[in-house]
Amino acid sequence: MTILVIMVGAFFGAMARFGIGQLVKIWTASTFPWATLFVNVSGSFLLGYLYASSAGPSLMLGIGVGFLGSFTTFSTFKLEVMRFVAKDWIRFGVYLLATYVLGLVAAYLGYHLP
Amino acid sequence: MLYVYVGLAGALGALARYGVGTGIETFWIGMFPLGTLLINLSGSFVLGWLTHFLFRSGRLSPSIVTAVGTGFIGSFTTFSTFSIETIELLESGALGMALLYVTLSLVLGLFSSWLGFWLGRRRFRREGVAR
Repeated sequence: MTILVIMVGAFFGAMARFGIGQLVKIWTASTFPWATLFVNVSGSFLLGYLYASSAGPSLMLGIGVGFLGSFTTFSTFKLEVMRFVAKDWIRFGVYLLATYVLGLVAAYLGYHLP
Repeated sequence: MLYVYVGLAGALGALARYGVGTGIETFWIGMFPLGTLLINLSGSFVLGWLTHFLFRSGRLSPSIVTAVGTGFIGSFTTFSTFSIETIELLESGALGMALLYVTLSLVLGLFSSWLGFWLGRRRFRREGVAR
């Protein structure tokens, strides 16, 4: 049951992340990774909220581990940061710091919201 | 259809993350979130390698590349869990550990991705010469 709940959540989480990436591509020709920044910051906020609210174990698994765990991503974020190396140090620094600072602030706010 | 592939691969990636995380928890009883750190570092390495070698080699169809890279590896690694683990360390007063976790994630994450990129590119160039 645990496995199924995680998989269902993650199925939609990964699709939502991919969909946001596709939408951002349509909206802007910018090479800045707005989509990944958005999913990581908003996902951190929502997971903070979930941790602080008295969510039951199946919600924690389905939404927390499954949906939000898959909606946010670390590997793509690092890959995108590395693409700026030696080409655009300003974007390298801005993207790296923005993700960590905004992500942690968002999780903190979500955690203290309920 | 590509959405379904990404979703299915993502479901498997999350399952792998849960499995590896639970496995690490059985021998690691410390407060430090070692599981998520190792998952994120290994995923960054693999994605770097895949992107700069296997995905570029033209052996895989574009849909498989998206399903594996964005779906599986993207879902295997996670940023939200990292964020909340850091906040929980801060809330419990483990300031030094929180700082260590963020620093290791930042520095070693970049290093893992770079190592994957470097090894992948090297392999790609070598095979390109051989062909």
